[in-house]
Amino acid sequence: MPTILTPPEIRRPRRPDRDRVGEGDNGSGRRPPTDKRTGGNGDGDNWGDSPQGRHGPRERLSRARIGLFFALGGDMMFFVALISVFFVAKSSGHFDAYSRYINDWLPTSIPSILWLNTAVLLVSSVTAEAARRSMFREQDLMDEWIGLGRPISRRAALWLSTTLLLGSLFLAGQWVAWDQLAAQHVFFDSNASSHFFYLLTVTHAVHLFLGIAALVAALVMLARCRQLAKRQVAVDATVWYWHVMGILWVFLFILLEFCQ
Amino acid sequence: MSAPSQNLGAPSSRGFIALKWARIGKVARAIVSTHHRNIGFGYLTISTIAVILGTLLSWAMRVHLSWPDWQLPLHGPILPEEYLALVTMHGTLMLFFVLTVAPQSGFGNLILPAQLGARRMAFPRLNAIAMWTTAGALVVLLVAFFVPQGAPISGWTAYPPLSASALAGPGEGLGQDLWLFSLALFCIGGTISAVNLLTTIVKLRCDGMTWPRVPLTVWGWLTAALLSVMAFSVLLAALLLLFCDRHLGSSFFLPRGDFINSVLLPHRGSGSPLLWLHLFWFFGHPEVYIAILPGMGLTSMVIGNFAHRRVFAYRLMIVTTLLIGFLGILVWGHHMFVAGMNPFAGTAFAAASMAIAIPATAKVLSWIATAWRSRPSLTTPMLFALGFVSLFIAGGLTGPILAQPILDEYLHNTFFVVAHFHLIMAMAGIFGLYCATYYWFPLLAHGRILSERLGKWHFWLTLILAYTTFLPMYLGGLAGEPRHYSRLTGLNAPAQALLGSTQMIQLHITGAGIALGLAQLLFFINLILTLRSPRRAGPNPWFATTMEWAPHTFDEPTEPSKDLPALATFRGPCHYSEDGASFLPQWEPPPQQPASEGE
Amino acid sequence: MPSTQAIPAALRFWHLPVDAAKHGHALDAQLLLNLWIALALVALAHVLLFGTLASRRRTHRPVHKFTLEYLPLAAFAALFIFLSVRAHSLWAMQRYVGAAPDALQVEVTGMQFAWYFRYPGADETFGRTQPQLVSPAEGNPVGIDPNDTHGKDDIVRSQLVLPAGREVDLTLRAIDVIHGFSVPEMRLKQNAVPGQTQHLHFTPQTPGDYAILCTQVCGLGHYRMQALLRVLPAAQFDAWLHQQEQQAAQQPGDPQ
Repeated sequence: MPTILTPPEIRRPRRPDRDRVGEGDNGSGRRPPTDKRTGGNGDGDNWGDSPQGRHGPRERLSRARIGLFFALGGDMMFFVALISVFFVAKSSGHFDAYSRYINDWLPTSIPSILWLNTAVLLVSSVTAEAARRSMFREQDLMDEWIGLGRPISRRAALWLSTTLLLGSLFLAGQWVAWDQLAAQHVFFDSNASSHFFYLLTVTHAVHLFLGIAALVAALVMLARCRQLAKRQVAVDATVWYWHVMGILWVFLFILLEFCQ
Repeated sequence: MSAPSQNLGAPSSRGFIALKWARIGKVARAIVSTHHRNIGFGYLTISTIAVILGTLLSWAMRVHLSWPDWQLPLHGPILPEEYLALVTMHGTLMLFFVLTVAPQSGFGNLILPAQLGARRMAFPRLNAIAMWTTAGALVVLLVAFFVPQGAPISGWTAYPPLSASALAGPGEGLGQDLWLFSLALFCIGGTISAVNLLTTIVKLRCDGMTWPRVPLTVWGWLTAALLSVMAFSVLLAALLLLFCDRHLGSSFFLPRGDFINSVLLPHRGSGSPLLWLHLFWFFGHPEVYIAILPGMGLTSMVIGNFAHRRVFAYRLMIVTTLLIGFLGILVWGHHMFVAGMNPFAGTAFAAASMAIAIPATAKVLSWIATAWRSRPSLTTPMLFALGFVSLFIAGGLTGPILAQPILDEYLHNTFFVVAHFHLIMAMAGIFGLYCATYYWFPLLAHGRILSERLGKWHFWLTLILAYTTFLPMYLGGLAGEPRHYSRLTGLNAPAQALLGSTQMIQLHITGAGIALGLAQLLFFINLILTLRSPRRAGPNPWFATTMEWAPHTFDEPTEPSKDLPALATFRGPCHYSEDGASFLPQWEPPPQQPASEGE
Repeated sequence: MPSTQAIPAALRFWHLPVDAAKHGHALDAQLLLNLWIALALVALAHVLLFGTLASRRRTHRPVHKFTLEYLPLAAFAALFIFLSVRAHSLWAMQRYVGAAPDALQVEVTGMQFAWYFRYPGADETFGRTQPQLVSPAEGNPVGIDPNDTHGKDDIVRSQLVLPAGREVDLTLRAIDVIHGFSVPEMRLKQNAVPGQTQHLHFTPQTPGDYAILCTQVCGLGHYRMQALLRVLPAAQFDAWLHQQEQQAAQQPGDPQ
């Protein structure tokens, strides 16, 4: 591979005019220092100079990641609201007829299958990450781009299917947990803590179900979509969502197991 | 498929049919389009329907309050619960579907990409999904009018236990459920739209569009979108919990021993209605800042544009926008001073609420300083921007009054509060929307400008009638007049003695309010007349400097494979010469190339 | 009647009703100060706005952000801090401390759509209540438990009668939904929240009849949920209370 010589940065003197509103352009008066995502051979190839949509394979990916970041931020606020209601309800009570303050929080003992479910979900995160990383492996990228088969898609599809299986196992395990509780006559409306057990686990399960739908969609895209960038975005976004749901589950599990 | 461009003699029937299908195809394509321009117009359509309906509801409310025995045509007399249903739906429609949708999603979709030099939004398909979700939310909300027992009566704030049990009043059954469902859809649509906006602003700025060069309107949209993403999720959680209380036997908001309509509610567990207030207002206060922040950003830019001046203290304006957004998250308790909250918490919220007055004052000072002795051209958009400033001051300066708990003890839930938020949200917010419409009309309507003469009449009538309608409400509130009363006459003796003196004020407000609504017809007449008789203005009739006025921003590529020329920004906005006679827009390359370019 | 007494001119301009509570004067003073300041600032701002439009274009002069932004901002901040501190001390005086131990105890119960007021009677103790016993039609609007001896001498009325010049401690309760207990002429407002008891204490000064309103929307009868507050001179109130206690003693366990 030929060495690439990068010319040293030329330091421009700062304009001494203090009243000038800083425009973040380092004094050149034109554009800020965009990072150079060159195609390979130094100048003249700067993707930053191209119109939007042609800034290189990472452009769409970073757009999707930022969108997912904001969406998950909002989603986490949803769970933050539920968890803060949890803590308020835990310390709330009522005045009985004798004007005594009664806090009648009865912790719900959670079924032990939840430990297994947590383990399954953590393993599924590992397999999902393996799928995600395989989408970006340079050697295989080159092969796929040239047209020498689809090693990326095959490997990623394998890992994604494993994740799908494990995720479905998790959901089945949650269903078993709900059945077990129902067999002990602990329903949603039984008492304050059971409200939260069902509320938190059901809303998380709904989010995970959406994650499973995203996994299915990603698998379909791996099979059918022609653009590599789109496939990368689909798998990357799905897996990041899956990781966040996994971390969220760990928090919810710790909350339900230890903090009631 | 293209329509025939020349008429070469008598059109054949086949030609007519082809033309008709071409037209329908165009409309159908616009409806399912993922282009941000069509989506923006879709949002504005939602808002227009909502604002017309909301205004009609408010007329019915006002007339009933002034003449309680008046019969609504085709309906009969308005019952007390129907009055409360009008109040609830008026508030919900106006706050959500007009003041959150139009400035943020409506004009944001139409103008934001162009102001950033982008040609598209980050997620066009998600954008379309969000718009249709919001449209669905509006439909679901309106269905609540037609179900048995009608629309909910608990106000747009829906405090439980009134909103948590169908026993508490008419409309609290299916009507309240539909309201919940509608708002849940709205939250989802609003969050998706905000995520789209945020990603566009972060990732799709054109070359040279550094953060200090981003127009203040975009900073307003950015802050409002950040608040949206955070606040709507909390509302969604609260709606879910209320739904569980209503139908699944939980007790998040229902206390033990709640005895409604001779029925002891059967739930187990002890919740607190105050919890709903905390959750709701944690959403509700950022919500009103979402409604006003884009308008504030636009006002700065429009005043700078027509005063032909740089915006005074531009960086400070960016900071104040973000600060108002941030502080807006910390002040929700000022709606709850007398609601049963700890009085120490009241003091803390009071301090935070007074603190918000500082960045708001900074903004007002900047607006005045930008326009100070600038000999601005008083076009209709500039007039509406100045009207925004005026109404914002008149409504906003009563904010610190309400932020003092001891004074709120007297003024809470009186017409004083109604005047405060109507002057800021209804009037200043709407003025921001009118300013946007008049200002960007040449861009959106292919070079047509709305008539200046009609526009000025519209502005002056609206401004004067707005003050005539809402300033007397302050006096009514100071007299002790409470909100949400379906009648203020025919009450028993001591209440009648207290409130009787305000009857004149109420009649006056009704008259002015109806006139205010009618004055908006001038705008619609202006709109229709202008759309029908094209007056082609130049490409940049206001001599604006922001990127949306650059040539070729709204061009569509003639062939799908061809790229459009890249847009680039070379400086901040509002570069005008000292005498205001010449200007340097953001998209113009610098006048001389620097000698050494070493890149 | 005292509720339409001579109202000072400043209040009349602003349309405030007469205030009859001990803390009312300070509250009115703070309110009027705020209102006049707000009016002055609105007028000033509009003068400036019109001024910007009227005068000739300013030629180039150095623009000082300090004098035009930071100095006025500091002045505003000082003003707001001043107003806040004054307001806070009034709020603290009213809300941070409880009522005096010898304050008159009255329980206020709000339900759809009426207010009921309960006096503890000769034993100075309120009887137990149960929500499912609430039945205005059967003469037990606040649900006093008949098994509790303390409740037998409780006096329940639909009018609130108070002595002038003595501090009263109101215990606010709600049976069904949130109601807002408000006496504008006493400058009082507090929501009654079901599941919670709120305490509100004040000292009525001026004898007269005043309106009690509901200020939190509570259902279709919200507009007609009013009651009468009657403030009597101390001697008359004692006589009235004595008469009520005698009535309660004659009909034990049957509050009206």
